Amino acid sequence: MERNKLSRRHFIQMSAFGVGSLLLFPQCSPQLRKSSWRFFSVEEAFLMDTIVEQIIPTDEWMGARDAGVTNFIDKQLVGPYVRFQEKYRNGLSAIQSSCHILFRKPFEELSWDEQTGFLKMMETGKLSQTLESRDPSQKGEKIWENNFDRSFFNLVCDHTMQGFYGSPRHGGNKDYVSYRMIGLDYPFTIGQNRYKS
Amino acid sequence: MKNKHVNAIVVGSGAGGGVAAKELSVAGMSVVLFERGGWVTLDDHDHDELISQRTTVLGNAYGPDDKSNRRVRISQGGDKSILLPSEGGYDNVAACVGSGTVSYGAMGWRFMPEDFKMKTTYGHVEGSTLDDWPITYDDLEPCYEKAEWEIGVAGDDSQNPFASPRKKPQPMPPFPHNKEGRMLEAAARRLGFHPFPIPMLRNSVPYGGRPQCYRMRTCVGFACPVNAKCGTQNTVIPVALNSGNCELRTHCVVSKINVNDQGLITGVSYFDESGKAQIQTADVVVVAASATETARLLLNSKSGFFPDGIGNENGWVGRNLQGHAYCGAWGIFNEDVYDDCGSGATVAISDFNHHNDNIIGGGVLCNEFIRLPYQFSTIRPSGASRWGLEHKKFQERNYKRVARVCGPYQQIPSFDARVDVDPDVKDFWGIPVARISGTANIKDSKGTAFMASKAELWLKEAGAEQTWQTGVVTGVRAAGGGQHQAGTCRMGNDPKTSVCDKFGRVHSVPNLFVADGSLHVTNGGFNPALTIMALGYWVGGYIASEWSKGNRFK
Repeated sequence: MERNKLSRRHFIQMSAFGVGSLLLFPQCSPQLRKSSWRFFSVEEAFLMDTIVEQIIPTDEWMGARDAGVTNFIDKQLVGPYVRFQEKYRNGLSAIQSSCHILFRKPFEELSWDEQTGFLKMMETGKLSQTLESRDPSQKGEKIWENNFDRSFFNLVCDHTMQGFYGSPRHGGNKDYVSYRMIGLDYPFTIGQNRYKS
Repeated sequence: MKNKHVNAIVVGSGAGGGVAAKELSVAGMSVVLFERGGWVTLDDHDHDELISQRTTVLGNAYGPDDKSNRRVRISQGGDKSILLPSEGGYDNVAACVGSGTVSYGAMGWRFMPEDFKMKTTYGHVEGSTLDDWPITYDDLEPCYEKAEWEIGVAGDDSQNPFASPRKKPQPMPPFPHNKEGRMLEAAARRLGFHPFPIPMLRNSVPYGGRPQCYRMRTCVGFACPVNAKCGTQNTVIPVALNSGNCELRTHCVVSKINVNDQGLITGVSYFDESGKAQIQTADVVVVAASATETARLLLNSKSGFFPDGIGNENGWVGRNLQGHAYCGAWGIFNEDVYDDCGSGATVAISDFNHHNDNIIGGGVLCNEFIRLPYQFSTIRPSGASRWGLEHKKFQERNYKRVARVCGPYQQIPSFDARVDVDPDVKDFWGIPVARISGTANIKDSKGTAFMASKAELWLKEAGAEQTWQTGVVTGVRAAGGGQHQAGTCRMGNDPKTSVCDKFGRVHSVPNLFVADGSLHVTNGGFNPALTIMALGYWVGGYIASEWSKGNRFK
């Protein structure tokens, strides 16, 4: 519960910056809303923050949200991961549609444990079945055709690990948090230490 | 302007081609050495896990690049997928001067005499093309010695009772063990195994005008920032260039081997750095482009004389693709075993390379190179969380408490494991791409289970509190060579069941040679780089000595 409050507070903090338009002009359609992200819309980025925080949560060390993992993924999606753009667009929208069917609210408004349970359903490929049993008239099965629930979760999970445990130069692992956490000195103190920024 | 005719063309500047170019040019032959990539410069020496040759998720540090290159894979169910070089399953080998030898883990193993006589040692294996090499260990021994001294190996075989016989010791003293290595060495002795330091193509002392190794964390998968790792790019290729007889053409992609109407090779067609199609003529062509790309080039060189590709009269080019079935175990200890001393791998045992009960072959077992943080995030015992707080805590608690023992199990060759060319997919230059299909031999499963159980035993003896096995082959496994790819143009005495003769010459063509891992009949239970270098000396040395006797290979 505490986590949910945290993420709400975070949302409000974010809104104070470039995200303000969402609150000021809630009537705007998503396409018109200006995003400061490279690929994600403001809503998508907020959803991503919530998901990656589940994958690597905050404890005494920063979690994936604060370490900039959404920023890492956003950056790669207009670079080497351009081929995954469609998957993210469809996957994130499918997560929200599924949440509306199951909970009548968006993913980020679920409790921490509900979010975890939802992602576990994706991971095990059980989301599409659950959707169908809950509401046979809905097109739940179709949203996640060909085990897309499982494959999309695996993709986001893998990219989250890359963003959190990879080099900060790619936009994640803020302040070398993961290296400090596991006790690796970084940057190197031996050999040469040359970076292309 | 037409390119000037030369005596020899070498395609590929890696372990085999770099050596062959040096052997030919110092013997006085004029040589053009083609490399599809460029030089790795100091600017490229970063330590970024996500762009390396080990973990390639955001791209290969030293090529090939995702823009221009593709490969096709056919799954066991017959599904076709198109792969980028940064994706798993592509089996990338670095595209740069020196190729894989720039960024390899640099283990410098000699194969054992049995590795050249697998059929004699183990008999005919049903469903496999397992065979003897047409050359023996003794034939290749002088070439191993040259590779060790000209390129540089740190090691001490006297501690390994199973080591192949040698005339001369390795030129540099072995590396001392890191913490993990010391712990595992003691445990191996208690178990009655015979531990010894891993031979490394890395400078344990200043050698060849280059400095001593710094023992960095980011070694395997990365170029060395101080040039302490010995590759062809900082040893034999500079010697070739300094001979005045060798011209290195970088960023050139060879598309076809050209043939005249007598079936003799006249040279190659290639695309230069600006993408312009060019022709280079030569008396002799040596192909050393890696097991995947060598086979692809031969198969793409179709002509009236060779309608199915050069050397492919019997359909053997691209067959018997092998790599290694990497198997072993992980162990978690109750104290830190990690001391940040690169490259990480220091101790090995060769007790299980051969003569194991009911197993064909075997392999060396070593402690593993350093796992970087992202790579470690995928390493969990079965049943452990793959994400969430538990996953994060595991990473925090165990990154420095985990050791791995593993090794390259010698794969049993399978005719069905194959590289050919895709009829539809082409690369940036319009050249049909390599297509990998078929399955590895089913008999690998028993051997990998055996090796993994020994690795687990070793870790337990060293004090691991929790252990689990990895890489045990169960059921049918897709073909693939990884970075140890080999076998696609195997050498042999019978032209019906091999592509090249014992000197690497393509049976049906007098002036075309292969000088890379494609020649391997079997791939040994070791990392293959030093053997590929030795074959570079074997093939290059043969051509050079014949040339000096007046043989023009016509």
